[in-house]
Amino acid sequence: MGKILLEVNNLKLYFKTTKGPVQAVDNVSFTLEAGKTLAVVGESGCGKTSLTKAILRLLPRNVLEYSGEIKLNGVDLMKYSDEQYRKEIRWKKISMVPQAAMNSMNPVLKIVDQIVEPLLIHDRKMSKDEAVEKVKEVFSIVGLPLDFLQRYPFELSGGMRQRATIAMALVTNPELVVLDEPSSALDLLTQANLMNVLKRIKNEFGTTFILITHDIGTASELADEIAVMYAGEMVEKCHAEYFYNNARHPYSRKLMNSVPTLREDKELVFIPGHPPSLINPPKGCRFADRCDQCFAKCSEHPNVITLEHDQKVQCWLYADKMEVKQRA
Amino acid sequence: MPDVALNLTKQAAEQNVPILKAENLHTWFEIRKMGFFKAGDVRSLDGVSFELYQGETVSIVGESGCGKSTLAKTILGLNHITKGKLYFEGKDMSQFTKEDLKKYRANVGYIQQDPYGALPPFMTVKKILDEPMLINGIKDKEERNKRIREVLEEVKLSPVEDFLPKFPHMLSGGQQQRLVIARAMILKPKMLIADEPVSMLDASVRVEILQLLRGLQKKHNLAIIYITHDLSTVRYFSERIFTMYGAKIIEKSSTVSLLEKPLHPYTDALFKATSDPDAENLKKYKEVPTGEPPSLMNPPKGCRFHPRCAKMIVGKCDQVEPPEFAVSDDHCVACWLYEKK
Repeated sequence: MGKILLEVNNLKLYFKTTKGPVQAVDNVSFTLEAGKTLAVVGESGCGKTSLTKAILRLLPRNVLEYSGEIKLNGVDLMKYSDEQYRKEIRWKKISMVPQAAMNSMNPVLKIVDQIVEPLLIHDRKMSKDEAVEKVKEVFSIVGLPLDFLQRYPFELSGGMRQRATIAMALVTNPELVVLDEPSSALDLLTQANLMNVLKRIKNEFGTTFILITHDIGTASELADEIAVMYAGEMVEKCHAEYFYNNARHPYSRKLMNSVPTLREDKELVFIPGHPPSLINPPKGCRFADRCDQCFAKCSEHPNVITLEHDQKVQCWLYADKMEVKQRA
Repeated sequence: MPDVALNLTKQAAEQNVPILKAENLHTWFEIRKMGFFKAGDVRSLDGVSFELYQGETVSIVGESGCGKSTLAKTILGLNHITKGKLYFEGKDMSQFTKEDLKKYRANVGYIQQDPYGALPPFMTVKKILDEPMLINGIKDKEERNKRIREVLEEVKLSPVEDFLPKFPHMLSGGQQQRLVIARAMILKPKMLIADEPVSMLDASVRVEILQLLRGLQKKHNLAIIYITHDLSTVRYFSERIFTMYGAKIIEKSSTVSLLEKPLHPYTDALFKATSDPDAENLKKYKEVPTGEPPSLMNPPKGCRFHPRCAKMIVGKCDQVEPPEFAVSDDHCVACWLYEKK
């Protein structure tokens, strides 16, 4: 077991709306080792993006409750003031590649001017020339030609722009990079290329990633560990190997069964019903309505149970720690 | 699923009248300089030929900008055909009168990529479904209402009464896509064109929509053109697969044969780039061809894939455009590697 970089305990992020509080992230706890990648998967609206916002403290104005512990290298970030967080953590220790990153660049600034910005802001002593040198280094890491530095974002293709945003996230040497759907808007070959780049960065520089995605196939390219989110809760977390071969939570299993595969012939089964509303979620297990293994106990809220191989599941089926036989 | 699929294709071939036939189809868009001088053409479709039979699904795969959507729009009659012929049930579409075109459009349903963008936000479900029938002169109100109910049941938007007065924004993504399918089905078409129908939806809903389309196809013996960039869904949904690259169809094959062995180096690259959920992926890098798709204004000489192809034959691939070679009964490929010696 390596050094634990990030530890999240009972993280809650509720939003205030006219209809009542939206429990976007509810009691999420997990740990992440340095140099590993955690992939967070789930349907849209399950709180994946809210989780990244909570970790980076990029909160909208209508936050009702934001509590829990986020420990980076053992230091609780929740105790930091907003200003302190901005100065010492955001982009210095944790950076992110936002969703639809290809459209998140400033269209009227040259690429180089955008990428040096985090360096200059976080290190007042650094000269612009030094910063540009650093950007050049990062450009070669993500595989961008150096003459792109002087271009504007619209002159780059989608895949190249995505690489530029990744360069921007890496330029300050952060310990943790949060990738929010980095490849979903890209073409197949561009996506494969980008995954290769991320994989190389991970293997060569030991960067820790949190990868948010709805594509379970792509997640397997980068993930050491997989966390499944459902209706604001993390219902399962385990090593990728065990997840792909033996997912435990009924929702994870159904999710796996609904993923079309190219090489393997299997019958696809979709998950009937909808996820519950996050405004007033059910008191018991949130998946109970759609679960075919639901029983009396599911009307109570399940606890997180740790099974062998450090597989964490939030489901009553495993409450007595008995090995449950593979059910069809 | 694949063996059923083959039978279907065979059956259709025996009838021998393709519902849709394209012959050397070209769609070029003119580029103008200063609004007046012609500066060149974007060759979005450059010599596409194929046949489509009743009751089969043909998947068209390729990256963005390869001409997939142009093909769909040309078939729908939304783009002007620059060169070549399109036949619907044996009749030449360039000879269609306005009346014929209207009838043709009633026979072809269109399922758009973004369901929310495709539905008028100010119309209720009932009005959305009513309109195509009004335009096509179904005057009897009773009959229209009956058909609306029927089609909503078919796409499983039930209870019907709950959905009729709703506006598109009140429906979830999956329900919106069902409504788009209902609208495409309402005039009982013979053919559907589905342009990336599931790319905007969640993984679990995707399968649901594809299975719905499959069910409708079996029930009504529809011909479907399924346009996608997601290779992993084609296996469950189509009888034949066409691969497009640089405005041309470069490989035509039955699904079974293609999945067994993709022949064209580009199709092969697409296959290798698709990730299946498997923890083994973490340990290896993917093989991806270098470079980017060609400009359609000035496509490369010879095979359009040759600048990116690892198996390029110097003096051949970069000089002469490869014709289609039939490798087996159900597998054609436009690549010099498969030239019969």
